[in-house]
Amino acid sequence: MEDIIALLKENVIQGRKTKDDEGVDGDSIGMPGVIELTQLALESNIPPEVIIEEGLTTGMQVVGDKFAAKEYFVPDMLASAEAVSGAQDILKPYLEDSDAMSKGKFAIATVKGDIHDIGKNIVATLLKGAGYEVDDLGINIPPEKIVEYVREYKPDFLGLSALLTTTMLAMGETIEALKENGIRDSVKVLIGGAAVSEEFAQQIGADAYCVDGFHAIKVLEEFQKVKA
Amino acid sequence: MAREGVLIHAPYERMTEEQVEQIHHASMQILSDPGMISFNSEAAEIFHASGADVTSITSADNPCWSIRIPEKLALYAIDSAPKVVKLGARNKDNSLILNGEEPRVFFVSGSEANIWLDIDFQSYIKKSNHNVEIQVPEFHPRRGTVLDLCQAAHLCEHLESLDALIRPVNIQDKDVTEDNKDVNKFFASLNNTTKHVMIGLTNLEQLDNVVNMARLIVGGEEELKENPIISFITCLVKSPLQFVDDTTQALIEISRRGLPVAIAISPQGGTTAPIKEDGIVTQLNAEVLAGITLSQLVNKGTPVLYGSVPVRVRLDDLGDSYGAPESSQYNVDCVQMARFYKLPCYSTAGVCDAKIPGIQSSIERLFSDIVVTLSGPQYLHCAYGLLGGNATFCPLQAVLDDVHFQMIKFFLAPPQINQSEIDVSLKQLEEVMRTPQKLYIRYIRRMLRNGQLSLPYPFEAGGETDNVLALAYERMNEFISQPVEHIDSATTSKIFQEIPGILPRLNVYEEGREQ
Ligand code: B12
Repeated sequence: MEDIIALLKENVIQGRKTKDDEGVDGDSIGMPGVIELTQLALESNIPPEVIIEEGLTTGMQVVGDKFAAKEYFVPDMLASAEAVSGAQDILKPYLEDSDAMSKGKFAIATVKGDIHDIGKNIVATLLKGAGYEVDDLGINIPPEKIVEYVREYKPDFLGLSALLTTTMLAMGETIEALKENGIRDSVKVLIGGAAVSEEFAQQIGADAYCVDGFHAIKVLEEFQKVKA
Repeated sequence: MAREGVLIHAPYERMTEEQVEQIHHASMQILSDPGMISFNSEAAEIFHASGADVTSITSADNPCWSIRIPEKLALYAIDSAPKVVKLGARNKDNSLILNGEEPRVFFVSGSEANIWLDIDFQSYIKKSNHNVEIQVPEFHPRRGTVLDLCQAAHLCEHLESLDALIRPVNIQDKDVTEDNKDVNKFFASLNNTTKHVMIGLTNLEQLDNVVNMARLIVGGEEELKENPIISFITCLVKSPLQFVDDTTQALIEISRRGLPVAIAISPQGGTTAPIKEDGIVTQLNAEVLAGITLSQLVNKGTPVLYGSVPVRVRLDDLGDSYGAPESSQYNVDCVQMARFYKLPCYSTAGVCDAKIPGIQSSIERLFSDIVVTLSGPQYLHCAYGLLGGNATFCPLQAVLDDVHFQMIKFFLAPPQINQSEIDVSLKQLEEVMRTPQKLYIRYIRRMLRNGQLSLPYPFEAGGETDNVLALAYERMNEFISQPVEHIDSATTSKIFQEIPGILPRLNVYEEGREQ
């Protein structure tokens, strides 16, 4: 069992989602990746919590350290995050009634009028890799759709992305709409994208502005602490 | 094994074939009339014996000759000069093969600045906010010494893009005299780099000491022929069209010994040559061919480099303006002339007018670095670390230059486009189109790990700051703290026993000096 967990951690570090990935060292094509190892771990009756905490999360921590040390680049970080998020999809059914399964539900969208989604996609992948349950609503999403979604699915966090100075105004409109519908306090709103700033976040009453996905992870951790 | 350099697939050329022919014919015309003036008697004799029209034009106390070189003599020399020249190295993997018919460029330092520029960083506090403190580089010029040369060679050993060493700093210690200068500069260079070393002689009488030193290092006369770890530069022509006495004698003696030699001609467009492109190129071409002819008459087959160092004049002080675009035009044309004769070319780039490392120095040098490299000279003296024309050498600048050349080399790698690569890309596209996010980011990794992607500029600072110099300074110190492979201890003692004049402080095996 320890072997499987150690391998899992190693493959998260290598960013190998499946057996076809070559990872960083490039010599393990054909060997099981994070998806296969997660399945194997379940078959070996390793509890999903152990798989997550000792395999995925500790692996991801090493990846974060390597990134901070400039040994890894964003593509490496994303590959690991994708591998972890693939594993989480497999583990989800086994964790359904356990609270430990997710750090919370994070809905993300590019706001009305805006089609830029590279940044939004990266943030979504990283957050999923960091253990959040991520729902990607897509691009060009108008306030009323977001209100509808929040009312129905009750996410803990709402991430809004805008890259244009024109479309960033739709972020304020979205927050107003949440207020009008009496659900503003049910969700923490994070905003990001090249057009926006800390100042703008305060102006429209968002809970936080994030420079990038890594910053978002930190901000979310702060929220968790406050909650605890 | 030899160093790879960078092969230019379609060299940049400014002149049409017809223009090249016109320059060639005009140069032949210059050689035969008015011809060269020689202040060296032996050169006059050699040309005379080979059928050139030589007449004495000696004035009262200044013996000199007019030499009219017939076209067929120049053509004979162009034909007999080797088209491929090998420059050896202490580490044979650092050898260079210069092929006049192949535009493969090797990057070389140079040459002989009097001033060494030390750097240190001082703290400054902002007047309006005392919490803000910045580091500002200060540059301190001083006369170069033999230990500076050791350090420069040491640094050059570790600069990845640098293929060979022309000593960048002149040694001016009190105990360095005309008689021991050559042995010291060669020893300091050879002992601190395993790359090829090319140097100009100070005193012809030292030639055999220097050659013997090289023989001791490689193990004998034949070994040195096979692996010529040293070569020479001679600037035997004073433009316009004059063979200088002493360096002409040096070329004659070096040619007799069959060692590789660059015949480097440096006219200044506007003063010692026409400022017009066609004029300076024609004159330089005639001058370099005159030198090559002499070398081939002395010893047929002497390995020579067609050396061109043309530069435009500055209009404020009549100094050299290497930063002027015209200087690069002249250089690129000369490379094309050398290629026309299929002779390996020594060319020049990267010398800048700026006096300290910074924005001006980077712009000026990078401009000529790129354009002259694209023209495909085999041996590009590209002034690693040189500033203020070539008055000053700054090791920090050399570290910056190394990065420039790595970028240029990366850019010049041939495209990898073939059906199997295209198939891989089509497969990636198909895979990406099936994903919701439609991004190719995952495929970056393979290219990155295989070294197929250029690395970010290594001296980039965060935020709205420019910290290039401080970061390059750190890199420079790292290089200097890495060891180099010195000449072994047995050979070193032999050199110190047999070659007179080498300063004891250069012996790394002496008590207390081991590095
Ligand atoms: C790529 C790009 C495009 C691509 C988008 C492709 C795609 N799939 O997204 C294309 C070509 C389609 C495009 C189109 C347009 N673009 Co555009 N585009 C860009 C560009 C060059 C890069 C954006 C990007 O992807 N960056 C990389 C990602 C990783 O960074 P990011 O998006 O900023 O995201 C990071 C952070 O900001 C943060 N983040 C982002 N969102 C969120 C959300 C949350 C919740 C969190 C926590 C964090 C977060 O984390 C991310 C990861 O680190 C920018 C230039 C720039 N400086 O941003 C212009 C830019 C945004 N575009 C611009 C313009 C004008 C347009 C067009 C209007 C052009 C036109 N006239 O058609 C159209 C827009 C159409 C529309 N309605 O949206 C302008 C906007 C100027 C303005 N007025 O504000 C920019 C700034 C370029 C410029 N200087 O002119 N664009």
